[in-house]
This record gives sequence, C-alpha cells and structure tokens, in this order.
Amino acid sequence: MLSKQNKEVLFNPFSKDNPVLVQILGICSTLAVTAKLEPAIVMGMSVIAVMAFSNVIISLIRSTIPTTIRIIVQLVVVAALVIVVQQFLIAYDYDVSRQLSVFIGLIITNCILMGRLEAFALNNRPWPSFLDGIGNGLGYTIILVIVAFFRELLGSGTLFGYQVIPQFCYDHGYMNNGLMILPPMALITVACIIWVHRARNKDLQEK
Amino acid sequence: MEELNLFVKSIFIDNMIFAYFLGMCSFLAVSKNVKTAFGLGLAVTFMLVVTVPLNYLLDTYVLQPGALTWLSPSLAGVDLSFLGLIMFIAVIASATQLVEMAVEKFAPALYNQLGIFLPLIAVNCAILGGALFMQQRDLGSVWSATVYGAGSGVGWFLAIVGLAAIRERIAYSHIPAPLRGVGITFIITGLMGIAFMSFMGIKL
Repeated sequence: MLSKQNKEVLFNPFSKDNPVLVQILGICSTLAVTAKLEPAIVMGMSVIAVMAFSNVIISLIRSTIPTTIRIIVQLVVVAALVIVVQQFLIAYDYDVSRQLSVFIGLIITNCILMGRLEAFALNNRPWPSFLDGIGNGLGYTIILVIVAFFRELLGSGTLFGYQVIPQFCYDHGYMNNGLMILPPMALITVACIIWVHRARNKDLQEK
Repeated sequence: MEELNLFVKSIFIDNMIFAYFLGMCSFLAVSKNVKTAFGLGLAVTFMLVVTVPLNYLLDTYVLQPGALTWLSPSLAGVDLSFLGLIMFIAVIASATQLVEMAVEKFAPALYNQLGIFLPLIAVNCAILGGALFMQQRDLGSVWSATVYGAGSGVGWFLAIVGLAAIRERIAYSHIPAPLRGVGITFIITGLMGIAFMSFMGIKL
C-alpha cells in the first residue's frame, strides 16, 4: 500500500515540494481566509477532500479524456465536488461558510487543483493520485494554519476565538496589531515563511 | 453617475488583487516583465468585461430563486442557485474558447501578443471571483455588471503592470538569497497592498 515511492508522493508536498511555498500555487485562498484559524482549517479540509477525490476521478477516466477538452472535463469534475462541499458546509457549519463566502467557490480555480490534475492525476494510477491529493492538500493546509496562527495571535490576541493573551498585558499597554488582520500582512507573513523555509533548504534558492 | 462610482470603487477600493487576492497565481508568475504583464492584464480585463454581464444574465434569468418565472409562472418556486458555480465556470470556459477563436480571426496581432495567456484565463480566479462577487453584491442591471467587470479588470491590469515594473527595477538589487524571486515579490505585493489600502473607507 505504502511503497517507498508512494511515501514520497505523500510526504514530499509537506516541505520539499510544498504547493504554496515551492510551487507557488493556490496563493489566492491562502491569503484571503487566514485572518482566523477556524476558517483556515475548514478551508484546508475542504481543499484536501476536493483534491483527493478529483485526483482519483480524473485518474480513473484519464485514458478516456480527449486531450483537447481535458481542461473543461477537469473543471466540471472539480466544480461538482466543490458544490458538494459547499452544500455540506452550508448544512453543517453555516457561520464558517458565511465567513469563507466566495472562497469555497474559488476552490474550483485554485491552481493547486488544476496543477496536480495536470501534472499527476493524468499520468498516474488512482491510488498514488489519491495520496498525491492528500499530500498536497495537507501541505497547503499546514501553510494555511501557520499563517492563520500568527495572524490571529498577533492581530486579535485570540486562537480559535479564545482569548490567549492575558488581560493584564492589555492593562499594561499591550495592543493588538490591527494591521495583521488586514489582507496585505498575509502576503508578508507568507514571505517570512518562504524566507525561513528557503534559508533551511538552500537548494530551493533562486540564482 | 452611480456607474462611475462603481467603476472607480472597483478599481481602487475593491481592487481584485490587493483587497481580495484574486488571480494571484498568474499575477506572481507572469509579472517578470512589463510587456507580458501588459498582455495578460489586457486579456483579463477583456474577459471580465465579457463574462461578468453574461453571468449576470444567467444568474438573474435562470439561477436565482424564482428567476424562471419569465418562462412560465408555474416555475416560480424553482431555485437553481446551487448550480451557480458549475454554470459560471462553464460560461467562463466556453467564453474563453470563443473569445480566443474570435481574437485569432479578427485581431491576429492582439492574438499573437496575448499568446498562451488567453486559454489560461479560464482558470484565473479573478474571472470566477468577478462573477461570484457580482452575484453577492446584487448589482442592479446588466449595465452595472459590465461596469463592475470593467472596473475590476482595470484594477487588476494596473496592479500587474505596476508589479512588473517594480520587479524589472529590482532585478539588480542586493536581496538576501532566500528571499530572491518569490519571497521579495510577496513582500512587494504586500507593500503595494498597504499603499492601496489608503483608498479604504472612501465613500463615493
């Protein structure tokens, strides 16, 4: 089940081949949903689900798709799965689905999905494709959670909505950094993560 | 007058890139030099102008709850809004294909300039985002939807050309090795975003 090759497919996206940090895919949603931890985790899980199953479906029908219309086929498969996820969220977690607003819909055009479908699922069997979907989804979720952790902690002083920074800090003049909640700081937080990541993995540095 | 406000608002205050981060992937990937950035910016603007009104019509007359009443009064209870995503993406993908063919036939020069960017636009989040925000905002008419699409497109265009120009300039700067390339681009985009935030809160 988990041969050496499959393990690589599953674990490489965590760091060495991370979809956000290294492949620079799926940035839009990484930045937009990370002001708080809860929506970030929900978003990450939605992406993992959509990605694993769309990878499997495309991999199953890979030999029957004519190459000329493959993009439309991929979009339809992904869109159908995203609608399932969207309806599921509206039914079971309405508040978070309101917070995520259009970004659940935008999973369809999340470049990680198209990227993995094109690069992996079209040429591989269903089981490795499934693992690839899970791995890349998790790699994406990890970054989402790290960014959301710092943004929520520094921006609102909370984690998962619970107060983490004690009240006496505020009494002695500590203030939440309102800038962290605003969208541009997400970019700079991701840039810092890239900085740390590439400082540790020298072979990823450019030029 | 209202349309002018909407136009300016969607360029600066609700800028697709700096306020919502839509179309980020191609924004980062295709901003290495001004010329290609210009081409992609044009293509995105064009597609937004075409697809946002199309999706508006689709939304108003087919998808919304009770939207099919014009067909027959008995359809007043039909709610197809859950099909929104799949319909929007189908419209966008097919419009991209059509526009590609039309541009190739009637404006070969523009076609050569845009090159591979036209087909890639089908998966640009800015286009689908334009449709989804249009739906969320309840724009009053096809005309305002067109204006909204145009404004968002121009905002995207300005952002990508601006970033490309800055990236051309920093090519010779001394940047810490791990930040070179992607990292510094993120930081620049962040700073540009902070600059664009000075438009926030302006009521038009």
